Amino acid sequence: MSSNQNKRLWMYANMVKSRHFEDLIKPAYFEGKSPVFNMAKGPIPGEMHLSDGQEPCAVGVCAHLREDDIVTATHRPHHIAIAKGVDLNGMTAEIFGKKDGLAGGRGGHMHLFDPAVNFSCSGIIAQGLGPAVGAAMAAKLSGSDAVAVAFLGEGAANQGAFHEALNLASVWKAPVVFVIEDNSYGISVSKSDCTAVESNAARAAAYDMPGHHVAGNDPDAISEIAGEAVAYARSGQGPSLIEIETSRLEGHFMGDPEGYRPDGEVERLKELDPIPKYRARLLADGFEEADLESAEQDARNQVDQAFSFARENQYPEPEEVYDHVFV
Amino acid sequence: MSSSDTQITAAPAERRLTIAKAMSEAIGQEMERDPSIIVLGEDIGKMGGVFGTTTGLHDQFGRDRVKDTPISETAFIGAAVGMAASGMRPIVELMFVDFFGVCMDAIYNLAAKQSYFSGGKVSCPMVLMTSVGGGYGDAGQHSQCLYATFGHLPGMKVVMPSNAHDAKGLMLSAIRDDNPVIFMFHKALQGMGWLGTIAGSITDTPDDDYVVPIGKANIVRQGSDVSIVGLGATVHHGLEAANKLAEAGIEAEVIDLRTIAPLDRQTIIQSVSKTGRLLVVDDDYLSFGIGAEVITSVCESGAAPLKCPPQRIAHPDIPIPFSPVLEHFILPDAKKIEQAVLSMMKAEK
Repeated sequence: MSSNQNKRLWMYANMVKSRHFEDLIKPAYFEGKSPVFNMAKGPIPGEMHLSDGQEPCAVGVCAHLREDDIVTATHRPHHIAIAKGVDLNGMTAEIFGKKDGLAGGRGGHMHLFDPAVNFSCSGIIAQGLGPAVGAAMAAKLSGSDAVAVAFLGEGAANQGAFHEALNLASVWKAPVVFVIEDNSYGISVSKSDCTAVESNAARAAAYDMPGHHVAGNDPDAISEIAGEAVAYARSGQGPSLIEIETSRLEGHFMGDPEGYRPDGEVERLKELDPIPKYRARLLADGFEEADLESAEQDARNQVDQAFSFARENQYPEPEEVYDHVFV
Repeated sequence: MSSSDTQITAAPAERRLTIAKAMSEAIGQEMERDPSIIVLGEDIGKMGGVFGTTTGLHDQFGRDRVKDTPISETAFIGAAVGMAASGMRPIVELMFVDFFGVCMDAIYNLAAKQSYFSGGKVSCPMVLMTSVGGGYGDAGQHSQCLYATFGHLPGMKVVMPSNAHDAKGLMLSAIRDDNPVIFMFHKALQGMGWLGTIAGSITDTPDDDYVVPIGKANIVRQGSDVSIVGLGATVHHGLEAANKLAEAGIEAEVIDLRTIAPLDRQTIIQSVSKTGRLLVVDDDYLSFGIGAEVITSVCESGAAPLKCPPQRIAHPDIPIPFSPVLEHFILPDAKKIEQAVLSMMKAEK
């Protein structure tokens, strides 16, 4: 297989892995939460933001990243964490609040840190951007050609931190790529109701950096642009902004009644599900059915194994709650 | 009155509301009375607020008075300060108090100082409502209380109801106040279907206009042996513990602060003068917190000789953990209150 074919198969496999991950989260999350839905109950309490539909953004970008490249992600982090190679057992155990989770159960699904692959995320909108600029500068100043990528939603582009971080990155020529996953909604408010520009890519001009817009929620198209932006950063030319039109196939959080969606929108979006679409394209491009099936099986097995690990893992001892406030 | 309200009032005897419903009802009734009120925030329009604080208001008053904002707290809370200086009475929602980081300048450097910097010539009649509290596994960026953070800063009033009756009355007071009022509401009490709700927060709530005064605590249970001071969720934990303690012959007085700033020191001191024992319970971080302020106020007054050292229960000085086994280990609850009181009763001088 050519390197391009390998990359495309990798992207497909990681989309499948991410979707299977969310498919296992769903029933686990609802355990103990039915018939009466109460967010506090069950093995996974709290908010749960699923990434179904947004997988192409993660794989298209992370296909160009090395382990020493830095990624900061959002409150909706699973697909990006998986594509960046975050330890699947540790991540799953963390989401279940278990002892061998990435943070021993202290962080949960919105706060995943895996320094082994330079991944972190947080639940505060647009606050991953500053740290990405800083991490990019740390790499640059140490003589490394590592780059940083900050993922954000389109709603976060209306935060001050977005504008400040883009300006700072440009002033410093930081090797960073800002990736907007535009799923059209900030919780219930549509982008068109709260954003002054039609395309956030246009905002890059204000900070003198390239601004790319990628339509179609298409891994190949995203990968092509992301490849350019990462190479641009890695070669010392500075930051750039990529805006990806994607789709959120689930609610903002699990249990979201989604009354704000126009009738039929979710059904229409599900018909455009990027994963079966990409599978069909790979077959049309000459990939063997058996190779895809084998990649799917391997991806699902890894996720199944991680869920078994997390389920069997013990809870932390309550007294451990006091550990790690300081290093 | 809307038709749904008519149905509720037609029910015999009580008119039991959730805090969410009481808040949105208070805002709606006051908006009918006062055209200078505008509501701003994320998802407060068609959605009616993530925590139900503006349910029905978008349909009733339209998008010019109930405005969804971008995720731009710095801008829209700053805009509220400007509106308040210009004759309006904005009500803004900061979805989670944990999100105050980006907009605190507008809150504590602008809103809270507008009157002082203008020698009292420019008022800032705005309400900032914001959700607080954990216990449902939302981890350290969506579960904080930060009562003391806001209570510490002069120039703004800070309130938090423990039940729907007080929520409506405090909201009406807050809107009519010519100063900035931080209206905190606790997620464990809010009455949203998807969050568990402590039943005691759902109370009989009059349909008509009434206020619960800002700056006045409420004695929710009379007792002679110990004063348990709490607010929001911990009032209910205190009441639950008091009922258990009564079985052991200990009568606890439970005080609901209702207002964090200005603190009703007088009610607390009077109570402790009677009981001689003081336990303060809140779910904010322990150090430099409400417990410290209440206990110091009592000690400084010299009016209440204590039979045993005063005690406080709060969230320890650590970020709020995600894992339920960790979170429930450290959150205040009725059992911890009961045990603390029992050991206080033994610790006689």
